[in-house]
Amino acid sequence: MKITVKLFAGVRELAEQSEIVAELAQGSTIGELRKCLIADFPQLGPHLTHAMFAIDSDYASDDSLVQEKSEIACIPPVSGG
Amino acid sequence: MIEITHQPIDSASLAEQVQSPDSGAVVLFLGISRRKTDGRETTQLVYDAYEEMAVKQLEQLEKEARDRWQLIDCLIVHRLGVVPLGKASVAVAVASAHRREAFEAGQWLIDSLKADVPIWKQEHWADGTTEWVHPGLSKID
Repeated sequence: MKITVKLFAGVRELAEQSEIVAELAQGSTIGELRKCLIADFPQLGPHLTHAMFAIDSDYASDDSLVQEKSEIACIPPVSGG
Repeated sequence: MIEITHQPIDSASLAEQVQSPDSGAVVLFLGISRRKTDGRETTQLVYDAYEEMAVKQLEQLEKEARDRWQLIDCLIVHRLGVVPLGKASVAVAVASAHRREAFEAGQWLIDSLKADVPIWKQEHWADGTTEWVHPGLSKID
């Protein structure tokens, strides 16, 4: 399945795009998505290692299952306020 | 009430909005664009957010604060885009019958916002360079 991942702030700047796409097997987890993205976009490695991921606007863990219809976002360490 | 805005924050109006005859205490916190960070000079800050998620997270924080403390009113506003030096990027206004609840809830809300809500700031340094702030990753926290 093709998974589109929204990017923000420093990750978006490094990737030079606001979304990236990963090709994952059905039943993959956020942890597997993270590994796949690090392999495909090595320049984002340190950011992806430290980032959280969100599924449908809620923080997800590395064990959370990724579904094709979900909205996935990469959330690097936040600095609002 | 939660608001994400691209407009300047009217702090006087926020403080006014939470005042009521039942509220003996109003605490207003403003986070302000600061000129100096670790000795380096900034000309402005720019804020970006994952807006749908930021609103959802802020609503959860408001709900949790209202569960934990007896609050009469609670407003959180975050500004996005360019925030000039000396202007507010964030405001938290809390009203309660007595001051302890308002102080505690206000402190907890801004600390939680800074830790969890998907909003990011970009420093525009006086030397013309820019830098997104990612604590633990970027040079500055």
